[in-house]
Amino acid sequence: MTAIASPAAQPNPLSRGIRMTVIAVVAVVAYMLILWVLLFGLGGRTVANAFPEALQQTVNALSIGAIYALIALGYTMVYGIIELINFAHGDIFMLGAFLATVFIAGITGNNDAVTNIPLLIVLLLGALVFTMPIIGLLNVGIERAVYRPLRHAPRLAPLITAVGVSFILQNVALTIAGSGDRKSPQIFPLDWTIPIGGAQVSILSIFIFVLAMLLMLALQAFVSRTRLGRAMRATAQDQEASALMGVDANQTISLTFLIGGVLAAAAGLVWGLRFGFVRFDLGFNSGLKAFTAAVLGGIGNITGAVIGGFIIGFIENGAASLGYSRWSEFLVFVILTLVLLFKPTGILGQLTGDRA
Amino acid sequence: MTAAAEVLRAKKVTKRFGGLVAVNAIDFTIPEKSIVSLIGPNGAGKTTFFNIIAGIYDPTDGAIEFRDLTMIAHARRAWMEPVLWVAIPAVLGILTALIGVAGAPQGTVILGIFITILALLASLVTGVARGPAYQRFLARFGIFRSARPNDMVVAGLGRTFQNIRLFQNMTALENVQVGMHSRLRAGWYDALLSTPRNRHEEAFSRARAEELLELVGLRGEGANLAKNLPYGDQRRLEIARALASNPVLLLLDEPTAGMNPNETAGLTALIGRLRRDLGLTILLIEHDMKVVMGISDRVTVLDHGEKIAEGTPEEIRRDPKVIEAYLGAPAE
Repeated sequence: MTAIASPAAQPNPLSRGIRMTVIAVVAVVAYMLILWVLLFGLGGRTVANAFPEALQQTVNALSIGAIYALIALGYTMVYGIIELINFAHGDIFMLGAFLATVFIAGITGNNDAVTNIPLLIVLLLGALVFTMPIIGLLNVGIERAVYRPLRHAPRLAPLITAVGVSFILQNVALTIAGSGDRKSPQIFPLDWTIPIGGAQVSILSIFIFVLAMLLMLALQAFVSRTRLGRAMRATAQDQEASALMGVDANQTISLTFLIGGVLAAAAGLVWGLRFGFVRFDLGFNSGLKAFTAAVLGGIGNITGAVIGGFIIGFIENGAASLGYSRWSEFLVFVILTLVLLFKPTGILGQLTGDRA
Repeated sequence: MTAAAEVLRAKKVTKRFGGLVAVNAIDFTIPEKSIVSLIGPNGAGKTTFFNIIAGIYDPTDGAIEFRDLTMIAHARRAWMEPVLWVAIPAVLGILTALIGVAGAPQGTVILGIFITILALLASLVTGVARGPAYQRFLARFGIFRSARPNDMVVAGLGRTFQNIRLFQNMTALENVQVGMHSRLRAGWYDALLSTPRNRHEEAFSRARAEELLELVGLRGEGANLAKNLPYGDQRRLEIARALASNPVLLLLDEPTAGMNPNETAGLTALIGRLRRDLGLTILLIEHDMKVVMGISDRVTVLDHGEKIAEGTPEEIRRDPKVIEAYLGAPAE
């Protein structure tokens, strides 16, 4: 309870950013080296041909991690502001993937690999501009219609309602699109690669990673440096006090759902580009993993969700490239359990509920 | 306009929690640019009354008028709003279904579905944004909701808390900037595009926040996290945050609670300065009689939810009912 003011309590935010970047780069390089060793140790490659593979897989891991991170942000922001685990968020992502697929297929037909670069850019931007607002508003609408009336109900009521909404969205997709895989046109050519040291690094993976990073940096700047972002943080810390400072809690919560939906829609688009299919139960698997990522990083913490998303992407990719993809979920949850055993609030999490 | 410019008028305000009457039929006014204190023994209903004024609780009965806002006992026909919200898209949807069944061409039906979705999104946007025009539109149907805390802040009310409720994990400067929220206009698109308005507002709000910190005596503390400030400074920061919305009426809930005599004297001087320099009207809940008697123009005494006395500090000091409430029945 006693606050001890230490002289160096406030590190310069810029130097903090640089430190985080350095840690991230070191972690990625370490992953690549470990994967290299494991590939010739366990995977039966030679030392020479294991390196290019390790490099390729690291870039792929970054792109998968970025997708999980984008979805995890929606879970963590909603939890941060109304302490609701929004189980329907995975299905919001699924609908985003469907909508992007419909948009792209509607324009290009089912053709893969658009090699005309301006056309490709227009298509990708168009898909983003088309899906992000619709899915964002859908998320806002769900909150307005379903969660808001339950805002002051016991905690379990909105939780189970979220499970219900998840089933509704899944079944809407099931009814419209059927139960099988639906092809999603991979308009970003998969054979575009950059040769580095014998490796063929996928440009699509780099594109996904860069797009996700741009969105996440924009989010970070929005939350930390603007009026609405400050209102969001204030509402997350103390809803009543922020209302008494003139912040409209309802609008702030709507905005949170909007941002969550927008990020999920972007994740949906790149999912379709990367994996080439969409299915009604996509949101369950990916949503569960993204939720795990949010818990791993410390639920309610934006940076934590990003870190958690990348950790899960790396674990999954590592297991798959060593030929143990069936074990990837097992590994993910073993690591989650270990982290929670030693740090129950997650990697960057703080104890909530000590509002005074 | 009439009656010597009252900032706030409470008319027969009653609040019941189940069977407990926390506040009973209180009439109360606050004249402009005065310092009014609300005192009473513990559990007298002071904080409940405060919370009604701040818009946290709706009164069970009676009304509060604050400038042009009225908080009414019950929101009238508020349930109709979501109905309106769904009605137009629903009618459009049914029409579309009907013409579909009647065998209209497929293109027409798809257009109908499209228009329905657009209407749904449009009503969603208006329902969430709740602009003034939308509220006037609702009022035309007789739909009123009682004012919420943020509406009161927009109308010109600022408050501090009995137990400090700063945003602990934000810096002192950011705390004050949150207080300014309702006076700034930049929307999400300004933030996203970093428009001149956004940059201008950010610079303005930072400068203004620095000014307010200086006013309450926290110069140079802006970069510290609120939780790292000493107790007395946290109380001052709460005042700076409340001032950030340019309030007309400032509610201070036990501002000197837990302070030492030195800090108390400093804060009392600050409250006096706020009225003199900023022309604020101040409503104070306070236990420290020295503070109350020293700065109040008028004192209202509550006991068991009822107003038992009202007057100048001098009158209150001599009022037998007040003495009885504080000291129990006379021993004679």
